[in-house]
Amino acid sequence: MADEPLILGIETSCDETGVGVVRGHTLLADALASSVDQHARFGGVVPEVASRAHLEAIVPTMQRALTEAGVTLADVDAIAVTAGPGLAGALLVGVAAAKGYAIAAEKPVYGVNHLAAHVAVDTLEHGPLPEPAIALLVSGGHSSLLLVDDLARGVTPLGATIDDAAGEAFDKVARLLGLPFPGGPYIDREARAGDPAAIAFPRGLTAAKDLVAHRHDFSFSGLKTAVARWVEARQRAGEPVPVADVAASFQEAVCDVLVNKALDACRSRGVPTLVIGGGVAANSRLRAMAEQRAARHGIRVRVPRPGLCTDNGAMVAALGSHLVASGVAPSRLDLPADSAMPLTTVGV
Amino acid sequence: MRLGWVIVLVLVVDSSTPAVTAALVEVTASGVTTRAHRCTVDARAHGELLAPQVDAVLADADARPADLHAIVAGLGPGPFTGLRVGLVTAATMSQVLGIPAYGVCSLDAIGHPAAAGEPVLAASDARRREIYWAVYDGAGGRLVGPEVGAPAVAADRARELGATAAVGDGAHRYAEVLGLPLRAEPRYPDAGALATLAAERIRAGASGDPLTPLYLRRPDAVAATARKPVLP
Ligand SMILES: [Zn+2]
Repeated sequence: MADEPLILGIETSCDETGVGVVRGHTLLADALASSVDQHARFGGVVPEVASRAHLEAIVPTMQRALTEAGVTLADVDAIAVTAGPGLAGALLVGVAAAKGYAIAAEKPVYGVNHLAAHVAVDTLEHGPLPEPAIALLVSGGHSSLLLVDDLARGVTPLGATIDDAAGEAFDKVARLLGLPFPGGPYIDREARAGDPAAIAFPRGLTAAKDLVAHRHDFSFSGLKTAVARWVEARQRAGEPVPVADVAASFQEAVCDVLVNKALDACRSRGVPTLVIGGGVAANSRLRAMAEQRAARHGIRVRVPRPGLCTDNGAMVAALGSHLVASGVAPSRLDLPADSAMPLTTVGV
Repeated sequence: MRLGWVIVLVLVVDSSTPAVTAALVEVTASGVTTRAHRCTVDARAHGELLAPQVDAVLADADARPADLHAIVAGLGPGPFTGLRVGLVTAATMSQVLGIPAYGVCSLDAIGHPAAAGEPVLAASDARRREIYWAVYDGAGGRLVGPEVGAPAVAADRARELGATAAVGDGAHRYAEVLGLPLRAEPRYPDAGALATLAAERIRAGASGDPLTPLYLRRPDAVAATARKPVLP
């Protein structure tokens, strides 16, 4: 509908420079520039390298998004930008860019929470989100379980990882197996030829005692070490490492914990909707397992297509659109980038 | 296209030092006049400070963004995170308004206005006990730099070139090591000087610059080394 707000979203919290354009819940453009190749030889994202890449990419990425959407900045109703959480220097480029665009085009700017945007992006594919909903957000930078009561005003954190993020575990295990960075897609591909039950890797924070204090929390550090021990023992014995079986068994252990904890959160709170987002939500086993197990409990799983699960500008625009439609006031021009922005803050 | 006698309104931004600066200047055929100026010294809040200051100088001069004809931005050198704030602001505004953005070495906006017949060393703080520096001749033309390094090294080079004074916040901070008489002003990149140094290009209607920051240092990053085994 032409009278729905036209919102631009800017994302620069990690290594993707994203600019998205949405009208209401309709995606019009999603332009992306990634610096991932520049980080590969470091085995992880280097903040300064990412920040430099954002500065170079922001203007051309904006141009591509506007062209793709067939709009100009004068047509836009508001500009949304990820204000946190994320890499401080990287966030700052996006926030300063959003303010530059906002001042020059005389438009309001909305600083938004990156994690809430991962939830909001699903509305572009599946329409308005029923509230309350449980959200499972898993990527290289975050692993969180949230209760979404009111996406425009606040999200309640239920649990998070107490050590590594799920995506980090994928990267580290991939490296152990001699697979490239980022590890997620490569583990996923190898695992298809492997036996997920070949090796019994540990499921972090699922023992009865852990469920008391850490019912909704995650831990992937022990799993990562267990995989390393298993692989090294093989190598020392001079035996070949069955890469596909290790990948499949590791992936099964991660997905098993993520899905069971997410569904437990739904059941314990009587919430019938589970939204999954973040880069790890692009994992094919996680998607299939969540669908299967949720169906048994009458829970509906909503996962956007893989391209919208990873960081992008469309998710920021989607949340901005929701904030505008909900009558939330825009941010001030002194809006800071907040690398540790809490989940209780959706817009600032 | 020569703008000739026309008066044009230009936005100037610099965030290469702890001084976050925004100014609106008029560039005419014969000179540069400051219409509005905001500067706040705070090394930790470039992202928060610059946009409200840009907004404020426009309001102070009773101007709208569409009235701007060009933008001038200090390219640094400077601490990376803060430096990028000014450059991304200039680049994005230039894109929306369809006007050129010109880059000027930020040290030039310290060294050029300080020049008074004899060579001068201009320096800003580069943290890690180093300075960003350059040496200017008596007319304000850059002889050497910009470089980043130990103050003692800069001082030796400046003396070889006949510098008789030092200027800029970095010079004040390391005055003892430099051992050169200090000029009080400008302590930070001067907005009027930034505009003056771009004035010829503005008057000529030259196409804009890509606004590439003068980082002078590589990112701190080490390539991944061999993984440590977990088994004893
Ligand atoms: Zn993310």
